Amino acid sequence: MSKISRRKLITTGLAVAAGASGIAVAAKAAQHYGLIPPDAGGLYGPGETLTYAAQRLLGRHSTAREFSRSEISKNPFANEVDPLGDEFKRLQTAGFVDWRVTVDGMAARPASFSLAEIRSFPASSQITMIGCEEGWTYIAEWAGVPLSYILDRVGALPQVRYVVYRSIQPDWWESIDMADALHPQTLLAHGMNGNELPVPFGGPVRMRVPRQLGYKNVKYITRLTLTDNLKPFGKGRGGANPDSGYAWYAGI
Amino acid sequence: MNASLPIADGGERQLSSPAKLDSAVPAAHRMRHSALVRVTHWITTVAFLALLVTGGEIVLSHPRFYWGETGNVNMRPWLNLHLPSSRDTVPTGYGFVLPDQNGWSRYLHFQAAWLAVGTGLFYVLFGVFSGHFQRNLFPAASDLSIRKLGGSLVRYLRFEWPGKEEAWSYNTLQRLTYLFVIFVLFPLMIWTGLAMSFGFTAEFPLAVRLLGGQQTARSLHFLVTILLVLFLLVHVLMVFVAGFRNRMRAMISGTMISGKMISGKMITGRATPPTE
Repeated sequence: MSKISRRKLITTGLAVAAGASGIAVAAKAAQHYGLIPPDAGGLYGPGETLTYAAQRLLGRHSTAREFSRSEISKNPFANEVDPLGDEFKRLQTAGFVDWRVTVDGMAARPASFSLAEIRSFPASSQITMIGCEEGWTYIAEWAGVPLSYILDRVGALPQVRYVVYRSIQPDWWESIDMADALHPQTLLAHGMNGNELPVPFGGPVRMRVPRQLGYKNVKYITRLTLTDNLKPFGKGRGGANPDSGYAWYAGI
Repeated sequence: MNASLPIADGGERQLSSPAKLDSAVPAAHRMRHSALVRVTHWITTVAFLALLVTGGEIVLSHPRFYWGETGNVNMRPWLNLHLPSSRDTVPTGYGFVLPDQNGWSRYLHFQAAWLAVGTGLFYVLFGVFSGHFQRNLFPAASDLSIRKLGGSLVRYLRFEWPGKEEAWSYNTLQRLTYLFVIFVLFPLMIWTGLAMSFGFTAEFPLAVRLLGGQQTARSLHFLVTILLVLFLLVHVLMVFVAGFRNRMRAMISGTMISGKMISGKMITGRATPPTE
């Protein structure tokens, strides 16, 4: 066995100390610049934080790939959902005229919008890919009102850091940071491939976050809550999927 | 100290030509792998196994592969693994659905990927500056003739294993294989992996466009995995063929015992000078 020299010991000690203090400083800075995801604690926190921080540093404003009309999938796959409840069926029978999306939390003018109002807001459309964490994908043209428009309309307070969004389906909710909430491609989508958004694909209104995986694109949206802290929601990990063991950030 | 050298197994020690030994390095216990190579080797081993298990687990949630941008159960795959799935939306023909393990699998997959990439960058940087690649992996130009490589390959295929004197350095086929894994397969894994990330391709769309699409990236990620697993199997097989204890010793403590190994027992004899 080779002996460890004193010099080697001192250099290694100094390197470890420098590394440790470097990590401490980096953690402080990361917290300040919003690079720490709500699921940063625990066994997989380091990898998750690296992924989230790296992608936010690399391209906060980058846009998801858009495709040509000819690339739209002829057979898109509507992932299954839990059986729709009585409340949903009642609203569906009435043609969703009573469907409302409530916006509350840290807003100067909290509001509740009817589906007709949401459809009357300036719409944006995009031909983007939706991909599931399972591995499958399809491409569709999505139309809807940019979430940033809604935030602007209700007067989101400057300290808002996350938008929590909920489905009419029990225990189906997720949240995104402001980089995605204010992103021009993030839509409250109500149209697909030139038609109203079909129910199997999330109609009448679904969240569309094309820079993240399918599970962040919650269907049947009824409520948005603006907040600066995800701790009070569920188990504090920022979504129903994160609460059941999935990563909060799904850009990978 | 060169008259009474410690010997691991306490066997009879005879040094045939002590004059050939350099300085104080014991003839019987000589350095084979540097600390850099050993540490990065085992970290990569751990990360690779974690990536393999979790990757397989993720594949089970959709055990089908497609070319191009899009692929789902409404489309024809080029490869259907015919495995049970962890999702009831995939028709498998099996009458059961496996439990969903994707939450922790995806977490661990990306954490292990960070570990592998970090270790790989560290290895490549230090490999360049320490001369590791130059000394141990880049083959000599004179060894790259078809005749020599062909001869070496034929000896492997005839199960004529490299002699003990070759244990101190990689032969040309080994060098080319390791270089291929380090500089072709690992980078391809990272590339095809990142090409599946919506956050990454939003910033670097060419990463996926150059490959031919999201599903092509996923298919290639799977195919390169198969090549890496084949490499792993042959690699481990060769370690057993060449002498498991001595090779493991070389990759753990860094030293290898020069001499013949007969049924697990070291008999030290000829001190082979390192060829590096």
